[in-house]
This record gives sequence, C-alpha cells and structure tokens, in this order.
Amino acid sequence: MIMVAAKTIKKLVYDSELPENLKEELYNKLIDYNKKYKLKKSEVEAIVNEAVNEYKKALVEPGEAIGTVAAQSIGEPSTQMTLNTFHYAGVAEINVTLGLPRIIEIVDARKNPSTPIMTVYLDEEHRYDREKALEVARRIEGTTLENLAREITTDILNYELVVELDPERLEKRGLDMEKIKKKLEASFKSAEFEVEGYTLIMRPKKAGKLSDLRRLAEKVKKHRLKGLSGVGKTIIRKEGDEYVIYTEGSNFKQVLKVPGVDPTRTRTNNIWEIAEVLGIEAARNAIIEEIVNTMREQGLEVDIRHIMLVADMMTLDGVIMPIGRHGVVGEKASVLARAAFEITTQHLLEAAERGEVDTLNGVVENVLIGQPVPLGTGMVRLAMSLPLRPKRE
Amino acid sequence: MARKKEFDIFSHELVPEHRVLSEEEKEAILKKYKIKISQLPQIKASDPAVVALEAKPGDVIEIKRKSPTAGYYYYYRLVVED
Repeated sequence: MIMVAAKTIKKLVYDSELPENLKEELYNKLIDYNKKYKLKKSEVEAIVNEAVNEYKKALVEPGEAIGTVAAQSIGEPSTQMTLNTFHYAGVAEINVTLGLPRIIEIVDARKNPSTPIMTVYLDEEHRYDREKALEVARRIEGTTLENLAREITTDILNYELVVELDPERLEKRGLDMEKIKKKLEASFKSAEFEVEGYTLIMRPKKAGKLSDLRRLAEKVKKHRLKGLSGVGKTIIRKEGDEYVIYTEGSNFKQVLKVPGVDPTRTRTNNIWEIAEVLGIEAARNAIIEEIVNTMREQGLEVDIRHIMLVADMMTLDGVIMPIGRHGVVGEKASVLARAAFEITTQHLLEAAERGEVDTLNGVVENVLIGQPVPLGTGMVRLAMSLPLRPKRE
Repeated sequence: MARKKEFDIFSHELVPEHRVLSEEEKEAILKKYKIKISQLPQIKASDPAVVALEAKPGDVIEIKRKSPTAGYYYYYRLVVED
C-alpha cells in the first residue's frame, strides 16, 4: 500500500472550511501521522471531515446571546480589579491609569484619557545607542523656560522679569541663549528680551499694571521652546536590546514625523488619536490591545473573543462609539429598549413626539411586554405546509 | 526642503490590510451572507485608510484581519460619507 502524497493531503485540508491556522495545524499533524501510520486517502478524507464537523460544533450557534455572555465574562473579573486609579506600572516616574478606571475610560471612548502616554520606538539607527535615543527624546520632549531656569524673579521696581538659566540643562536640551531669545521674540511681540551671560531679562514694551507683568511672565514661563505640544516628560528605558522612549502626554500625529522615530511601531494609549491618524481598523486593534493589557496587568484573563466583540460593536459605524447612554445602547432602533436602559421618560416622550414605531424585534422590548424573546429557541419560527385538501382513503 | 513625505499607514503594526472590492466581488459577498449592502459595518470616507486607497462612498472595503483565534479572516466595511 502506498501512502498518500503530501500534495493530496494539502489539497484536502486547504479546500476544507476550516480557518487558516487550523488548516495549518491539521496539515502538519496529518503529515506526521502519515509518516508513522501510512494513511490511505479515504482515511485522510475521514479525518479532515471529522475535523470540520468538530469545528462546526464549536462555533457559536445562531441565536446565542453573545453580547450578554461577553458582558458577564468581562464584568465578573472586573470586580476583582483595583479601584486605585494611579499606579506606577512598568515605567517608574510616569503615572498610568490602570484597572477598572482604565477599562471604563476605554469603553466610554473618552476623547482624552486621564493619563495619555506614548510608547515611542526608534529606527534602526537610533535604537541601540543611549546617546542617540536621548537625541530623539530631546526632539519630542516639551521644554519651557520654566524647565530650564534656575531662578525666576519678577523685578517690580524695574518692571521686568529676570530669568537665570541653568547652563547644564541648556546643554542637555541642545539649546543656547541666542536661540531662546529668538524664539521668545518671535512669539511675544509685546516685550523686549535681553541676554546677559546666562541671564534673560524680559521687559514689556508698554509699562502697565503689575498684574499685566505677572500675566505675561506666566505665559513666557510656560511657552514651549522645543518639542511637541501636549508632550511633557520623556523617559528612556531599555527593553530587550533596544531603547524605547515613554512620554507623558501624547501627540501621535506629530511624533510619527520626528526624525529617528520608527513610525511603524510607535503607539499611544489615546484611541481617538489612533483612529484619526491610522483609521478605524487600527482603533479596533488598539481597543482590544488596551483592554487585554489592562486585564493582564491585573492578573486577569478574559477570552479575547469577548473583547473582540466589544471592539467590533464600538467601531461598527466607522467612528468610535462609547458603550452606554451616548453610544451603542443609546442608538438602538427600539424605543422600548432605550427607555428600559436610562432616562426612560425622555425617550418615551421624544418617541411619541416623532411618532416612532417599535417593531419589537429585539430582546429587551419583548422582555418588557412579556413575549417570547428572540434568542436561542425563541428565534425560530415554525411554519407548516399543510396539503390544501387532505386525501381520503 | 519640504518635510519627509507622510508615511504609509499600512506599514503600521496596528493597521491590517485593506482592499477595495470590485462590483462582482461586492455582489458575491452580499449573496454569500444574504444581506443588503446597508447591513454591512461602515467606514467613513475620511478614514485615513480609505483616503489612502482612494475609495469612494458606496465602495466595499475588504479588511484582512489578523486574529489570535483564526489566523486571519476577512471583514467587510461599506464606505459612507461622514
């Protein structure tokens, strides 16, 4: 008896209805067994058919309440998560929102997460050298006069602001006095700047009230001299054999353009920024990753299929929709389903005003009025075709 | 000199492959799933991926998603105006 050729097995397996990675696994196993037991073609066929049957049995049946199951599966482990918002996870010195507050933040699709953070990967040239990584970090890190100053004094007598700068810090950020002066002059037309050694003096052109000087001083102190807007502190950390930059604050669009940054791997924890720059599909992936990472960080494991369902629902319309009153639930077609959730009277009132019709297709509506729910066996309708005229013996 | 050209979003790890379907393929998909075109999930015409593909409202985009459970699978989105 000759054994079946690998080509035949490949064709049988790859023509079946299995998902890609199962096909690969099955194919490899069959090749192994074929070497050991010298299978017949009919046997291979039988094995493939059996695998397909088992796979189909494992699929979710039509009418299964997957949303409810997902809600329970994510909800239960969530009760074990920390209620503590702030943690110094992974990166020391940088605050990250973790645990339940973070999950809520993701699911609510907040435009601005409470602790935006970017993970900036570097390109081939900059990733192995600390000095070069620092160079890129400097380009990203937002720097203000305040960060560079050793001492800032408001001279009330002479009506001026005197800033003494720290030469070390200047050098570290790659700035010098002339550059700073030019930058400030370009941004603040209402004042004059003077440089003396490492001292910078700002004098408003018009003498006015003291409070005006104070207000202007505040602005000058906070003015960004270098780096990206929205980004504060940066931290360099070695991961494996490469250096990675973590930033407090996020400016995803700009950071991708910074020379030295690897734009294919760099990411932010702000889902909206991802949607804006990389599109809705990337946002879906980001939602999944963020939830999985937050869960794992707390030592909890939820089947990824539940999380994928949540992410799919949130991105169904091409924009990120929060789960809750203003999103997935709030936009249900059925008035009764919406009214059953929150702000009941308002929904009913508005529906009445518009003359809305509820066709009672959903689950909640039918629970509400006490009818069989379209779920599982309740989804099936039987119709019998009776012969018009029964035959008689 | 002008800034470095905007990078290709499809090279980013988070972005799966996108492809515009032809009319015939569109019909085949609707037939396969027995649905109307309005029942497909949507993607905005201003979405960076749609802009990069130069797809127009009414087109269907095929997305080859990587999945930890199935290797990869295809997902479809209808391009809509914002």
